[in-house]
Amino acid sequence: MAAEANQQPVFRIAGLAKVYRSGDVEVHALRGVDFEARAGEFVVILGPSGSGKSTFLNIIGGLDTPTSGEAWFKDHDLTRMNERELTLYRRDHVGFVFQFYNLVPSLTARENVQLVTEIARNPMRPEDALGLVDLGNRLDHFPAELSGGEQQRVAIARAIAKRPDVLLCDEPTGALDSRTGIRVLEALTASNAELGTTTIVITHNAAIQDIADRVVRFADGRIASSIRNERRRAASEVSW
Amino acid sequence: MSVLDRKLLRDILRLWPQVLAIAFVMASGVATLVLGVGTYASLNETRNAYYERNRFADVFAQVTRAPRALAEEIAGIPGLQAVEPRIEKIALLSIPGMEAPASGLFVSLPDLAEQRLNLLTIRQGREPQPGADREVVISEPFARAHGFGPGSSFEAILNGRKRSLLVVGVALSPEFIYAVGPWDLMPDDRRFGIIWMRERALAAAYDLEGAFSSLHLKLGLGASQASVIERIDAMLARYGGRGAYGRKDQTSHAFLDAELLQLRAMSRITPPIFLIAAALLVNMTLARLIALERQQIGLLKAVGYSGAAILSHYLKFVAVIAVSGILIGAIVGTWLGRGAARLYADFFHFPFLIFRMDPETYLIGAAAGLGSGLAGAIRVLLEAMRLPPAVAMSPPEPPAYHRMFSGFRFAVRLPGSLRMVLRHLLRWPLRTASAIIGIALSTAILTGTLWVFEASEFMIDATFHRSERQDATISFAQEQPSRSLQDVARLPAILAAEPYRIVPVELRHGPLHRRVALAGKPPDARLSRVLDREFRVAALDGPGIALSDALAGILRARPGDVVEVELLERDRRVVLVPVTTVIQGYLGLTAFMNLDALNRIMREPDLISGVHVRYDAAAQSELFERLKQLPKASFIALQRVSLRQFRDTLAQNLLTMVTIYVSLAATIAFGVVYNVARITLSEQGHEMASLRVLGFTRGEVSGLLIGEIAIIVLVAQPLGWAIGYGFAAGMALGFSSELYRVPLVVGREAYGFASLVVIAAALLSALVVRRRIDGLDLVAVLKTRE
Repeated sequence: MAAEANQQPVFRIAGLAKVYRSGDVEVHALRGVDFEARAGEFVVILGPSGSGKSTFLNIIGGLDTPTSGEAWFKDHDLTRMNERELTLYRRDHVGFVFQFYNLVPSLTARENVQLVTEIARNPMRPEDALGLVDLGNRLDHFPAELSGGEQQRVAIARAIAKRPDVLLCDEPTGALDSRTGIRVLEALTASNAELGTTTIVITHNAAIQDIADRVVRFADGRIASSIRNERRRAASEVSW
Repeated sequence: MSVLDRKLLRDILRLWPQVLAIAFVMASGVATLVLGVGTYASLNETRNAYYERNRFADVFAQVTRAPRALAEEIAGIPGLQAVEPRIEKIALLSIPGMEAPASGLFVSLPDLAEQRLNLLTIRQGREPQPGADREVVISEPFARAHGFGPGSSFEAILNGRKRSLLVVGVALSPEFIYAVGPWDLMPDDRRFGIIWMRERALAAAYDLEGAFSSLHLKLGLGASQASVIERIDAMLARYGGRGAYGRKDQTSHAFLDAELLQLRAMSRITPPIFLIAAALLVNMTLARLIALERQQIGLLKAVGYSGAAILSHYLKFVAVIAVSGILIGAIVGTWLGRGAARLYADFFHFPFLIFRMDPETYLIGAAAGLGSGLAGAIRVLLEAMRLPPAVAMSPPEPPAYHRMFSGFRFAVRLPGSLRMVLRHLLRWPLRTASAIIGIALSTAILTGTLWVFEASEFMIDATFHRSERQDATISFAQEQPSRSLQDVARLPAILAAEPYRIVPVELRHGPLHRRVALAGKPPDARLSRVLDREFRVAALDGPGIALSDALAGILRARPGDVVEVELLERDRRVVLVPVTTVIQGYLGLTAFMNLDALNRIMREPDLISGVHVRYDAAAQSELFERLKQLPKASFIALQRVSLRQFRDTLAQNLLTMVTIYVSLAATIAFGVVYNVARITLSEQGHEMASLRVLGFTRGEVSGLLIGEIAIIVLVAQPLGWAIGYGFAAGMALGFSSELYRVPLVVGREAYGFASLVVIAAALLSALVVRRRIDGLDLVAVLKTRE
C-alpha cells in the first residue's frame, strides 16, 4: 500500500504467550510471538491447525487475554484492559469475520449489519456496506435465504460497516467453494483498498497468500516466517 | 425499534407455543393468587362493612329470665356503647305443604324504640306494627326456600300453644349470616329460619313480660371484652346466665370465619405451585435458547455489545413471558374473583357486596410473576452474560455424554434407543430434574386438593355411620323428666329412642378454660355413640368425662387429669371430674359424660334435654305430622335429611373443583411436557433425522421422544404424591378450626386420579410435538447447523 511508509504500526505485539490449563495439562498455544502490522496493511496468516493462529487473532481482537507478553493497538495496551474496555475496543476499532458467518438467523441481511451500525460511532449506512460487498439487491433476505458466499459477504459488510481500524477474518473462505470464496476475497480486498482498513486474514488455504501485502506463517505457537509479497495479485487471479 | 429488539420479537414469534405454554402456567399462578387474595379481601371487607353498618354486637349472653331493669343497670358498665335486651326462643313450625318439621328462632324487636344492635336490613315489606301480635318478619333465605313474602302465613307452636303468624316483611341480619339449627351440619333454609316479632307478643307467649332471655352488647373503643364479660357474668349469674361470649363464639360469625380461613388457606397453597413450575419452565426454555444462541451471543460480544446488553436482551425475553402471564393472570383472576365473591356473597346472604381488588393484590401478583420468571432465568442469564466472546469463533462442541451403564457388572442389555433416551436425560440432569419436579407439581396440585372429598366422606362415615347413627334428634324446649323418652318412643314409626342431656359448662384445666355443651348419654348408647381415636366405642360408665381430641388439645388435658367443671346453669357449682378418655371428634368441641353421672352432678335426677331416634322412613309422614304437634319440642334435627343435603352440596362443589383443578394441573403438565419435547426435538432433531436416513421408522424415532417423556412423567408420579400429601397436610392444618377438623386422609383414588389426569395431559402434549417429528425435513435438517 502506498500509505504504508512512516506510519505508526496499528499492532505492536512482543513476546506474546498463551497457556491453557486443562486439568494438569498445560497447552502452550502461543510461545512468544512478535508481530507488527501497519495501517492499511493486508496480512494473511497461514499455518496448520493448532499452530496458534486463531488464539493470536482472538487476543489481538480483544476476545481473549494473553498469559504474558505485550499487545498494543496503537497506544492502547490490550493486556491491561478489563472486560469493559475490551468491549469498547471491539466496538470502536475491530471488525470480525468468522468461518461460519455467525449471522443472527432471525435478522435480515440489512438488520444483521444494523446490529453493528447501531452501536458504532461513525458507521456507514447498512445499505452502503452491503453495496460494497455487492449485495445491494439482497437487503431484506434472511440468512436462510442466502447462499453460503452471500452469507459470508453479509458478515463482511457487517464487519466493515462501522469503518473499523482493523478487520480480523478467521477462515473466511473455509466453508466455501473456490468460486464463492473468490467473491468473498474480492469483498475483503475492496474494503481494504477503498477504506484503508488494516486486514488480517487467517487461513490454511495457501492459495490466498498471493493477495496479501505480507504472509506470516505460524507453526507450533510461533511465527515461523514473515514474507512480503513483491506483487499482490487480485483476488480474481487466484483459485483453489 | 433496535435490531436486537427485532430479533427478540422474531424469537418470540418463532417460539410462541412455548412462550404461551409458560405464560399460561404463570398466569394460573397469578390468577389463583389474585382470585384468592381478592376474594378473601372482598368478603372480609363486605363482612366488616355489613357488621359496621348494621351494628353487629360484640358480646352476647343468654339467660333463663332476667328483669329488664337489670339491662339498664348493665348499660351503666363503663365502656359499653349500647345494650339490647331481647327474647329469643326456638320453636317448632308447621308450614303448609311441607312434610318434615321445621323450626324457627324467634327473636324479639323492641316495641316502640328502634333496634339498637343487629339492625335488620328489610328486603321486602316492613317491620311488624307495634301491637300487631301476629305480624312477623322472616329471614330471607327461609322466605326464599318456601316462596314466602309479605302476606304469607304459617303456624308455630310457641310455648306449647299453636299460633298463626302473618309475614309482613323479609329481612337479613348480620347476626344470622350463617343460620344453622342445633344439631345441624350446615344451614338448611327449608327447615330452619329466623323469625322476628314484636317483644310484647313474644313476651306474652312465653310469660316473659318485663324480662329478657338474651342480651347483646356493643363495646366502646378501648373497652376490654374480657372484663366486660366477667362483670356481666357476675350480674347475670343468679338469673340463669349461661356465660357471656364474644363474636369468636357466636355461631354465625364463627362459621363465616372458618369459611374465610379455608379460602385463605387455599389461596396460599396453589399460587406458589404454579409460580415454581413457571420458574422451572423459564429456566429450561431459556437455557436451551441460550445454548442455541451461544455463537450469536459470542458474536454480539465480539462486535462490541457489552455483557449488560446481552443480559437485557434475554431479560426482555423473560419479561415478555412474565408480563403476558401476569396480564392474563390478572384479567382471569379478577374475572374469577368477581364471580367467586358474588357466589360466596349469595351463599352467605350478604345484602351487598363490596368487590375489592386492591392495587396491592395486583402488585403482589405482578411481583410474584416477575419473581418466578427471574428466579428461573437468573442463573442462565448470568452464564450468558459471562460467555466469552471467543465462543463466536469456534463451532459448538458435541455435548459430552456419560458412558453410563457400561461399567455395570450385570450390565442390563438395554435396547440402543432406551440407552439414547437415558443418556440424553442424564446429560442434562438439571433440566431433567426440573421437568420431573414440574410434572410432580401438577400431580401434587390435584392430589393436594381432591383429597378433601375423600376426607369428607371419611368424616361423614365416622360421624354419621359409626358415631351419630340416629335419623333424627328431638330437642325439648326445656328439660323434661326421663319418662318423656317413653312418650317419644311410642310415636308412630319410631324404631329406637335414646335420651340425652345437654348442660352448658365451663371446663377449666389450670389456666386454660373453654365453654362447651357437656352432653350426657346412657352408657349403652346405640344411636349416638362416643368413639375413641381408634373408632372403638368408648364406654361412658364411670363418673368421668370424655373430651374430644380438639378440646383436650385446647385444655392440654390427658386421661387421668382432673378438670374443673363449672355448671353454667342452675346453681353454678364447680365440680371436679376426671378425664377418662380422649375421643375422636371432627365437628365442634365436644365433651361427654354418663347421663346419670351428669344428672347427679346437677342434683336433678332423671332429666333429659331431648331424644335421639331412629325411625322407619317408610312411615315417616305420620311421624312428622305428630312431631310438628309435639308441644315439648322446640327443634327437630333430621340427620338423614341433612346428610343428604350435605352430600348434594359436596357433589356440586366436587364437580366445580375437579373442573378447575384438572384444568390447572393439565396446564402445568401440558406446559412442561411441551417444552421438554420441543427442547429435546431441537437438540436431537439432527440425530432423529439421521436415524430416519439410516432407516428408522417414524414410530421408532418418535419413540425416543415419547420414551423420554414417559420416563419423566412416571418418575414424577411418586414425587408428586409425596408433595401432594404435604399440601394436603398443610391444607388440613389451614382448614382446622374449632368448628370442624378435616381428617388428613389421602386415599388411593386421589393419587390415582391425579396421575391419570397428568399422564393424559402429558400424552396429549407429546402427541402434538410428535407431529413435528413426523414432519421432519430430512435433507434440510442434515444440511443446517443448529
